[in-house]
Order: sequence, then structure tokens, then C-alpha cells
Amino acid sequence: MRFGLNFWLGAALTALVVLAGVLAPWIAPFDPVLDADLMNSELPPDLTFWFGTDGQGRDVYSRILYGAQISLTVGIVSQVINSVIGVTLGMTAGFWGGWWDDLVNGLTNVMLAIPSLIFALAVMAVLGPGLPSLLIALGLTNWSWTCRIARSSTLSLKSQGYVQAAQTLGYADLRIMFTQILPNMMGPILVMATLGMGAAVLSEAALSFLGLGIQPPFPSWGSMLTDARQLIRIAPWVAVFPGLAIFLSVLGFNLLGDGLRDSLDPHMRTRKP
Amino acid sequence: MIAPLLDIRNLCLGVAAARSVHPLVKDLSFQIMPGEAYGLVGESGSGKSVTSLAVMGLLKKPLAVSGGEIKFKGENLLSLPKRAMRHLRGNRIAMIFQEPMTALNPLSTVGRQIAEMFVLHQGKGWNEASKLSVDALASVRVPNPDRRARNYPHQMSGGLRQRVMIAMALACNPDLLIADEPTTALDVTVQAEVLRLIKDLCKERGTAVLFISHDLGVIASVCQRVGVMYAGCLVEENDTRALFDDPRHDYTRGLLGALPRLGSRTQNNRQRLIDIDSIIADRSILTKTRFIAPRTLQEGRP
Repeated sequence: MRFGLNFWLGAALTALVVLAGVLAPWIAPFDPVLDADLMNSELPPDLTFWFGTDGQGRDVYSRILYGAQISLTVGIVSQVINSVIGVTLGMTAGFWGGWWDDLVNGLTNVMLAIPSLIFALAVMAVLGPGLPSLLIALGLTNWSWTCRIARSSTLSLKSQGYVQAAQTLGYADLRIMFTQILPNMMGPILVMATLGMGAAVLSEAALSFLGLGIQPPFPSWGSMLTDARQLIRIAPWVAVFPGLAIFLSVLGFNLLGDGLRDSLDPHMRTRKP
Repeated sequence: MIAPLLDIRNLCLGVAAARSVHPLVKDLSFQIMPGEAYGLVGESGSGKSVTSLAVMGLLKKPLAVSGGEIKFKGENLLSLPKRAMRHLRGNRIAMIFQEPMTALNPLSTVGRQIAEMFVLHQGKGWNEASKLSVDALASVRVPNPDRRARNYPHQMSGGLRQRVMIAMALACNPDLLIADEPTTALDVTVQAEVLRLIKDLCKERGTAVLFISHDLGVIASVCQRVGVMYAGCLVEENDTRALFDDPRHDYTRGLLGALPRLGSRTQNNRQRLIDIDSIIADRSILTKTRFIAPRTLQEGRP
């Protein structure tokens, strides 16, 4: 399998975010929460504080490194939840058809009609702010596209010779789904999940910005933006660097997803092999 | 007298419309004895394949059986619960298809796919099953079976894949093998090998075969008895030799006449092949007694 430029750019950016998050405890020069020193507040970037300091005198660079952990957790966990829900519903609906298919389709359409951020807000309002409820809220909102893709892939795979052969060989329905259908549609599902990670990181930033996500003083890129709002004129770096981090990570996930799609889906391939 | 292995009696099946059932197979009855090879011939759309699917219990909506019974070892398959039917499939009744290119899962090795049969139906562990799968590959005369077992389907040719399918189907020593045009997609030399393989293996193991084809030559080389289907009805049934020597039904005569024969053409005296009006008759205008009437046979004229 050959990967294009998109994939490698995306992979590099994603790797950067992963490294930042994983290595944060070792490479961050300061503690993101405890090393607050009001005497050093709002310092512009210099050799000690690479990205400057925020209103409480905390090192923005260290906070961004730790923020990567939260963004990654949100991106990965919410997409795992999304994919599990979407694949389970979509695959069973496509395979069994009938009233179950109608029900799942209806549910999917309802979910698609509700703006996902509003739905996540509603879920957060019920569950209260914090990381676990953030993960649940984002995990419950964006499964509808995955569900549709899983359903349509299942419909087309169902008519494949090997799925029908498996039936004549005495496979049970669930066994067919897990051994014959699921592995053969992993490509598009993986692409959806990777692209969804970018969206989830953005949603997390938005929810945290609105004060419903990660609670201060813990560093999330979204909540750092909230804190930076009042300082944007006197200390723009406090807002610029978290914004840049969000931008680059989302760009990375999206490029990775696009690159994966280009390689996994021969019909979408733009380059000549 | 020995009880038949598969006993189909008055089977009716069709497309279930809103109220009525549009019939596809009407009053079909035939028996297959244990170890016997039975051929079912007929053109496309004559109901051969739906009959085999009905035996497997795999008719998809809107197709449905509307009457009759399918007895396998004395048990009516039509009233068997789903789970019991599933244990029968692949274990006691197995099936091979026309399309060896698509009938294997592209994402797992053929060894694993054969091994899964032993795990599924005989409760073997994966280690033992994968050893058995190499033996199964060897039994269908695949060269280098232990290396081939680690191959993926795309690394194999059509003939090899069909052998793998046969190995999977015969893995659990079924009593009945349904072969639905197993050689149509293969070229002629491979076709002969695969036919010989099916014939030999089934004889060795005492497996009965329901062989479905539109190719009389293929049927003649494999089957002891032949049933000719036309428009969902069994129009003639006889021992293979007797059927070829003395076809009694017009349609059978037409089928045989449509076969090119070596030496049948002389230079001045050209003999035409019989051609049968190529569209299958509209079933709704067929009656019980006159199901062949709308079609005409044109005798070859000197």
C-alpha cells in the first residue's frame, strides 16, 4: 500500500501531538498547574518561558504539552465510542434489515438533524462538566455518519460471494458479521474515526471554551483560550499558542484521515499508481 | 429398500407478493439416495438454484416456500428450527458455488478459512484445526498444501480457489454436497480436473451430490441420474445413459439437440443445431398441463 503526501504530513503532525502528550511529564519545564507565579504573569515568549506566561504566571508551553493529553484522550475515546455505537447499529441494521433497519435509520436521521454541538451541550448540562461527561457527550453525538457508512458497506458486502458462502457453511449471523463483514469494512470506518478525531478535538475546545468541558485549573486548549480572552490585547501569545495547537492537531488528524482514505479506497485515488 | 437421503416432495416455492405467491417452482419432487450423484439440468431461470437454496434453508425474502416438504434423512428441513438448520449447513449439507473468485474472504488465509470449519462444526481447537486444514488442502490435490494454507485468496488462481471451496465444503464429511454450477467460471481444462476431483472425493467418502448445471456434458460425466427442469417443473427424470439415449420430453430433446456434436456437420449437408426460443416463457400463462406450449422447437432442417 502506498501513502500520499497528505498521509505523511498528517502522520507527522499527529505524531507530534502524541509525543507532546505522552512525553509531557518529562519534557515540560514547569508544572502546568502548580507553578503559578503572579510575579511572572503575562511575560512574552523568551528563553525560559518559550511560549510566554499566562495571567496567573503559568508557563504556556508546559500547559500546551499537558493539554495535548486531554485533546488526545478526547479524540481517541470519543471516536472509539462513536465507532462502536455506529458500527454495531449500522452493521446489524444492514445485515438484518426489516423493522430494526427502519428503527436505526430513523434514529440516525434524528441524530443528523440535531446540531451535534447543541446535543453535546444538552448532554453536558445533564451530566455536569468534567472529562468523563465530556467523553460521553462527544461519544454519543457523532456516530450517525459512521452508522450510515457501516450500514451501506454491510449492504454491499452482504451480496459478496464469501458472505453467502459463509451462510451455506453454517456460520451464525454474528459470526458472519465479525469474521466476514467487519474486517472488510474497517477501511472506511477507520477513515471516519480519524476524521472524527479532528472534529472531536474542536468540539472539546468549544465546550471547554464555553466552560462546560475541562474545568480550570487543568489545562485544556479550549479552556486556555477562555482564560486568554481577557488578555488578548496585552498578551496575545496566551491565546495564539493554544489556538495554533488546536489548528495544527486538527489539521493533522484531517490530513491523516484524508491520506488513509486515498490509500484504502481505490476509487478515491487521485494519483496514478 | 434404502431410504433416500434427500426426499423432496411436491415442493412449491415462489415470490411472495402482497397476497398471492407468484410460483417459481411447481410441484417439484425428486429423491437422492445416499452416495448418489444427481444432476439437475435446465436453462437459466428454470428454478435449479432456488431449489438448492430452499434445501439449504437460505431463501431470501421475498422468495418463500409455499408448499411441499424437503426431507433430509427423514427430517423435514422446512420445519426445522433455525439453530438446528445452521448446524446442518456446512456440516451435513455443504454447498459450492459458481464463482470461486469471490467465494473466499479476501482478508484471511485459506488455511484459516478451512480451519474455521473444523472449529465451528467439530469443536476442534485452532491448532488441531489448522493441521487438519493442511490435510484437507492435500486431499483436494493442492500442491504444497502447507505453504498454500498460508496464502490469501488473491494469491491463488480460480481453479485453486475452487479446490479450496471444495475442501471447505467437504471438511466435515457432509452427507450431501450441493454443487451449483461449480465449473462454469473455470476454463475447460481446469473444469475437467475439478469435476474429476468432485467425483472422486464424493465416491471415496460416500457423499451424495446434487449437481446443478446447464451443461449436459458436465452432468453426463458426473451424475448417475438426471432431472431436467423447465419453468420450475421437473419435466423428465431418468438414468443418465437412458436420458441421453432416449429423451422422452420435447424440451429434453431440444436441449440435447442444441449440443454441437463432433462430426455432425457434413460439407454439403449442413445440420443445424436445434435452437430453443431463447426467452423463458411467462409463467403466469402456463397451466398445469401446458407448461411448455408457448415455446416452439425448430427442428434442424437439412
